[in-house]
Amino acid sequence: MQTPRRTAVVLAAAVMSGVLVLSACGGSGGSSTDTAASGGPVELTVGLFGTFGYDEVGLFKEYESQNPGVTIKYESTQGEDKYWPALQTRLASGSGVADVQGIEVARISDVVTNQPDQWTDLRDTPAADAISRYIGWKEPAATTPDGAVLGLGTDIGPMGICYRSDLLQQAGLPTDPAALSAEMPDWNAFLALGERFKASAPAGTSWHDSAGGLYNAIVSQQKEIYYGQSGDLVFDSNPAVRSAFDTAARAGQSGLTAKLEQFVDPGWDQGFSSGSFATIACPSWMIGYIKGKAGDGGSGKWNVTSLPGGAGGNWGGAYLGIPQASQHKDEAAKLIAWLTAPEQQARVFREVGNFPSTTQAIASVTDTTDPYFNNAPIGKIFSDSAQNAPVQILGPQDGVIKNAMVQALLSVETTGAAPDTAWNTAVGNVKNQVG
Amino acid sequence: MTMQVDRPVAGERGTPPAAGTPSRPSWRSRLYAFEGRSAPYAFIAPFFLVFFAFGLFPLVYTAWISLHSYRLGGRMRWIGFDNYVWLFSNPSFYNSLWKTITIGILSTVPQLLLALGLAHLLNYRLRGRTFLRVAMLMPYATSVAAATLVFALIFGRDGGIVNGLLGVVGIEPVDWRNGNWTAQIAISVIVIWHWTGYNALIYLAGMQSISKDLYEAAAIDGANRWEQFLHVTIPGLRPTIMFTIIVSTIGASQLFGEPLLFGGGQPNGGSVNQYQTVGLFMYQQGWQYSQLGRAATVAWVMFILIIGLVLLNSWLARRRRPATEGTLS
Repeated sequence: MQTPRRTAVVLAAAVMSGVLVLSACGGSGGSSTDTAASGGPVELTVGLFGTFGYDEVGLFKEYESQNPGVTIKYESTQGEDKYWPALQTRLASGSGVADVQGIEVARISDVVTNQPDQWTDLRDTPAADAISRYIGWKEPAATTPDGAVLGLGTDIGPMGICYRSDLLQQAGLPTDPAALSAEMPDWNAFLALGERFKASAPAGTSWHDSAGGLYNAIVSQQKEIYYGQSGDLVFDSNPAVRSAFDTAARAGQSGLTAKLEQFVDPGWDQGFSSGSFATIACPSWMIGYIKGKAGDGGSGKWNVTSLPGGAGGNWGGAYLGIPQASQHKDEAAKLIAWLTAPEQQARVFREVGNFPSTTQAIASVTDTTDPYFNNAPIGKIFSDSAQNAPVQILGPQDGVIKNAMVQALLSVETTGAAPDTAWNTAVGNVKNQVG
Repeated sequence: MTMQVDRPVAGERGTPPAAGTPSRPSWRSRLYAFEGRSAPYAFIAPFFLVFFAFGLFPLVYTAWISLHSYRLGGRMRWIGFDNYVWLFSNPSFYNSLWKTITIGILSTVPQLLLALGLAHLLNYRLRGRTFLRVAMLMPYATSVAAATLVFALIFGRDGGIVNGLLGVVGIEPVDWRNGNWTAQIAISVIVIWHWTGYNALIYLAGMQSISKDLYEAAAIDGANRWEQFLHVTIPGLRPTIMFTIIVSTIGASQLFGEPLLFGGGQPNGGSVNQYQTVGLFMYQQGWQYSQLGRAATVAWVMFILIIGLVLLNSWLARRRRPATEGTLS
């Protein structure tokens, strides 16, 4: 039997070695916090996801040379689905967050609704003047009911259709953007074109990449998608959602899609160069993605036209926010105001494809053409789409519902599930998760 | 030759420093004695501290979280056993449980049989035996992530090697990742590839501890190699086989990395959740839906299930042992 004293000593020994272990772990933590008093040299950290284009265009370097004393440490996570949970854990623990963090548009409603106290109100910072330069809906989406503005808009995702001119030509379809656009006044006509394509297409080639992508393109035109005006969930009763689902399911059932899950199936990435699909719904940021995946060999093969009927739509886009934990809020605010200024947005669009969200930048890029896409007038196509896009109602669970719909459509394409069954599964999954 | 010890050896008790003095031992000797008794505790303390911090505490704290509604970035709200009610009425959970079982069987059974066969072959005198043994262990030394990414390409629909080979035989291309059983088979192949060598090595070690006399005696009795394998090797390996079954069962019930990466990093396990294991289901709750309370609930249910499985396994093993000893004697 152990005597109490012996236990106490064992405990003391335990505590001692524990202290040693902990102090050894803690050594590296303290150095990264701010050493700079105001006016001194400042290191700003920037955490982003995917391709914002700032590093690619060289904007960080330029800002550093214009602002002596400021150094920018930049890191990016490829997938937003990995980036966001990691950021959330850091926000919750209050350490490790960067001075500037990217926020995807599907998350902005969550930020505004559930975590306004984690982010800086930009009205109180040097970025206040930048808030007014955006197109109508961009900043209201990042504003809390109290009027606090939690993010500055970077890009938006106006929609077009990207297509392989070479494959369309082989199938005897028009290849000129305007001529193609004239042949598809609505989505039914788009699918009818697909049937014509299928009849004489080269082997191993489908009309569209995926039913999920088609679905996202169709709902991107809607004002009201998963949430109603008063913030209530309407996804299962909204006829526009059901109709988009059915149209996409029909395309999948009749073999018009290549059945490649977007961003997930390695075959999808390969398809941009191998030509397993001839068309893809194309938010402006997809322009850069296609260039990256199709490579130099894809130059001149791809082209862009408007959505059927010249409709406007929006899919994606992002914001830059400053977490409350940041030690350099003013410096960070100056940086994001500069990064999102019209001149910089226009440059990012010309070089990477992310479409600007400030009115002045949009006006300045309308005449942009892209040699990679057969000199398609991408400036005009995307600014028309942005002009015609409705002001979408966003909600905190948009991402969950969108994922469930896309997954259900994949099951229609690949396992032959009946559209009704797939729809019911998706609705059941969402209710189980959200309800 | 003897050495003069002028100081109590650590751990030695009750040696009075001055013989014949009836008084209490001096403080110095008590300190030495105490040092001897407490030193082992101090030496093992780091392990237990680390275990408490990173083993026991997370376990208990997870149970605590599972009784709350806790969204990542939000606050914990006590909801009692609502998460457990939600889980046990959720068809997705039962689906993931079922998929864990089917993928577990599809991967474990062929893997252990293959390992047994390989070990038996490698137990013979072969040319280049050491090379073969090392080569067999190579997949085990490969990272799961790297292997899975390569296998995802190998099982690709449009340009994958497997479909290429099937095409040579005249079989239509198979959409491995999107089919129900095909995806489960593909994932099982990755698991089998990764673990067979490891199990074969353990079997090989077990086989080498079986006495050669038994084989000679069997040979004299006229048993051929197959009969020797059946009647000498297998009974001799029984404890080893039991061990590999328990370890593989635990591994199969925790299967996570392969289906996650095979699904391109998505935790939904395919279009109809055909390869969503319980591990993936838990990850999806926690990191896709940010529902930490629900994820903690899944983690605890999984923990209890695994303990149940291990107990069942060892109970079966204990029940069988007297019977085998009876036949051997």
